[in-house]
Amino acid sequence: MMNMNRLIVSRTFRIGERLLGCHARHAGQEELRLQQRRSIKTHCRHLAYAKDLFLGQVNKAEVFPYPEIGNDEVEEIKQLVAPVEKFFSDDVDSAKIDREATIPLETLQGLKDLGLFGIMIPEEYGGLGLSHTIYARLNEIIALDGSIAVTLAAHQAIGLKGILIAGNEAQKKKYLPKLASGEHIAAFCLTEPGSGSDAASIQTRATLSEDGKHYLINGSKIWISNGGMADIMTVFARTEVEVDGVKKDKISAFIVERAFGGIASGKPEDKLGIRGSNTCELSFDNVPVPVENVIGEIGGGFKIAMNILNSGRFSMGSSCAGMIKKLIELTSEYAATRKQFNKSLSEFGMIQEKFAMMALNAFVMESMAYLTAGMMDRPGVPDCSLEAAMVKVFSSEGGWICVSEALQVLGGLGYTKNYPFERFVRDCRILPIFEGTNEILRMYITLTGMQYAGKILTGKIKEMKKGNIGLAIGMVSKKLRTSLGASVDLGLTGKDGVVHPSLEDSAKKLEQNVSLFGSTVESLLYRYGKTIVDEQLVLKRVADVLIHMYAMTAVLSRASRSISIGLRNHDHELSL
Amino acid sequence: MSGRVLVGVKRVIDYAVKIRVKPDNTGVVTDGVKHSMNPFCEIAVEEAVKLKEKKLIKEVVAVSCGPQQSQETIRTALAMGADRGIHVDVSGKDYENLGPLQVSKILAALAKQEDAQLILLGKQAIDDDCNQTGQMTAALLDWPQGTFASEVSLEGDKINLVREIDGGLEHIKINTPAVITADLRLNTPRYATLPNIMKAKKKKIVTVKPADLGVDVTSRLEVLKVEEPPQRQAGRV
Repeated sequence: MMNMNRLIVSRTFRIGERLLGCHARHAGQEELRLQQRRSIKTHCRHLAYAKDLFLGQVNKAEVFPYPEIGNDEVEEIKQLVAPVEKFFSDDVDSAKIDREATIPLETLQGLKDLGLFGIMIPEEYGGLGLSHTIYARLNEIIALDGSIAVTLAAHQAIGLKGILIAGNEAQKKKYLPKLASGEHIAAFCLTEPGSGSDAASIQTRATLSEDGKHYLINGSKIWISNGGMADIMTVFARTEVEVDGVKKDKISAFIVERAFGGIASGKPEDKLGIRGSNTCELSFDNVPVPVENVIGEIGGGFKIAMNILNSGRFSMGSSCAGMIKKLIELTSEYAATRKQFNKSLSEFGMIQEKFAMMALNAFVMESMAYLTAGMMDRPGVPDCSLEAAMVKVFSSEGGWICVSEALQVLGGLGYTKNYPFERFVRDCRILPIFEGTNEILRMYITLTGMQYAGKILTGKIKEMKKGNIGLAIGMVSKKLRTSLGASVDLGLTGKDGVVHPSLEDSAKKLEQNVSLFGSTVESLLYRYGKTIVDEQLVLKRVADVLIHMYAMTAVLSRASRSISIGLRNHDHELSL
Repeated sequence: MSGRVLVGVKRVIDYAVKIRVKPDNTGVVTDGVKHSMNPFCEIAVEEAVKLKEKKLIKEVVAVSCGPQQSQETIRTALAMGADRGIHVDVSGKDYENLGPLQVSKILAALAKQEDAQLILLGKQAIDDDCNQTGQMTAALLDWPQGTFASEVSLEGDKINLVREIDGGLEHIKINTPAVITADLRLNTPRYATLPNIMKAKKKKIVTVKPADLGVDVTSRLEVLKVEEPPQRQAGRV
């Protein structure tokens, strides 16, 4: 593949090659400035949209128009949101939860009664059976208390997800109803003292008993959210499997009940933030797990773990957006009333910049999160892991910066415990760390995309080798045009354009960036080949560019829709 | 005895919202502003549902007069435990001029139509603070009334009531059918839990027009002007 590529590239590309190197960085900056535009919807079909970006293409149909929900659903959402908002403003004392490092039983019971422990569990098993979009919306409110948010997420976004997505009917019937009502709480047990980001290296073992009816689990897990109070745990352990006659060690997933015996929880960790969430060590001592409790297939545990984690990530976007919106509310009140130098804080440019940044970030996070949620709600179980990862990276880092700036606006007051800002800062610090560290996610984002691009490019090369002259000419002329600086038209604007005309400028810039990105990816693959896996710094930049492009897309799509349907405040969104 | 209770619920601007007067001084800004069920109406619904849970009454019917959006308020009542809803469709100018007199005529007509045994209302609405609908309804029906109720208990076909009045607490006993208006300390309304909201979707809401009930909703009152209270001057300590 590389040789053919080099041949074509050498003919037309050498001119552009040097330019590409610095363009990649430049494109990233451009995108930051352009983030103001609305999002474009892109579909996520079998890793659609984002993957195609790696080839310098915009999969229009996937992303435009922005996911729409019917009026009935809007009504329903409003109805569902109201009691949750009321509960959080009246009955949740976040300061107390933080101080005492525990969530009071009445609050926990209130959450259970509201039905918040089974938001996405299907109605037939006792849950609410709501869509990803509604889940994301509810998370905007739940995020107002970090400890509660993490407790609920650990329970349903990862703790019981395994049963939901990979469990068989019997397992679902047995466990889901009590989990939906909150009678049983779930936990996700993957991380071990020696295996954090390197999840595939876990050492906990599950050995088949003599009678073949039980697996005995031995090992220890750390950083387990809800570990101290969980009744049902999804535990990942190594099992011996036979593959083509060779004995191998593969990871499997098990549903483990505390009632099986042999499980001991350590004392709750004393953490910087999300102090109300119970996090502890769990040790397993010959815990007998019936073979019926294996989730999916023996040896298929790693894949299940990745699927579980991938499916829970997208809601971080809306959680952070909800939190930032609340912070804007609290901070703006202060900025408007506090006076220094005879002017209120809100009149100073640097303070205004902070608010602009917070508003911008909240808007982008919302757009990306709901775009991804909308894609995930489409029929056909699309794989939006790439998009979800991008949402997570952007939101966790954006959230951290915004929270810090909000505290800054309040100055000394923000630093004290009298105001919730310092708690928000502490609670937010965990976001770039858990659910896949941002470093790992960046690698994942880039490498998955590169793999896809690589496959397609190899495919194209093969075609050319077979003598598909038309394709070869097409590629060569395309590269000629690009290197000669011709304008790029990926179909976002113009006659068949999907972006609203008033957003044409931004859309054009996105197109240019996408096209440049595609070329950059090509040249990177050509330059490094397989060793690109080790070039972390290069990959990091690629990931950042991609994340920002997805953000731009989300924003452009959403803005187009808002203008098209004349939503009130759309002009505000336009300027954003 | 039908064992049926009619509960009136009103859609008002949410209590936490900061009200703004319209630039033309004809009223208050309602567009895009958060609305919810009048807090005293919530207490009335809660009381009705409690009576049903104690098996003292058989059916709770939630009623609201207003535009299409009033159905949201009825849905909240259904999510709290009401069995079905009646939406009396009043919109546009008629809605802006809708006051206690017209509403009480509507409620009286519905009470007769539905053969209600009890009408539960909030003592007043937080947007107009009229405190008239309950009293007027009772008068139109010639029923006894127990207003500002802070305690309600059914005894056979009579009702024992404790009323909160300026002088203290008044204990009265009234016959049924009757009209009761709820005061703050009657109960603490439950949250409409999400599972109940989902279940409420299946409950029925019937829409009727005032004309169907033989009620004329033209107003006897004309609003001349709406303005903000004078700005408070800074005090001196």
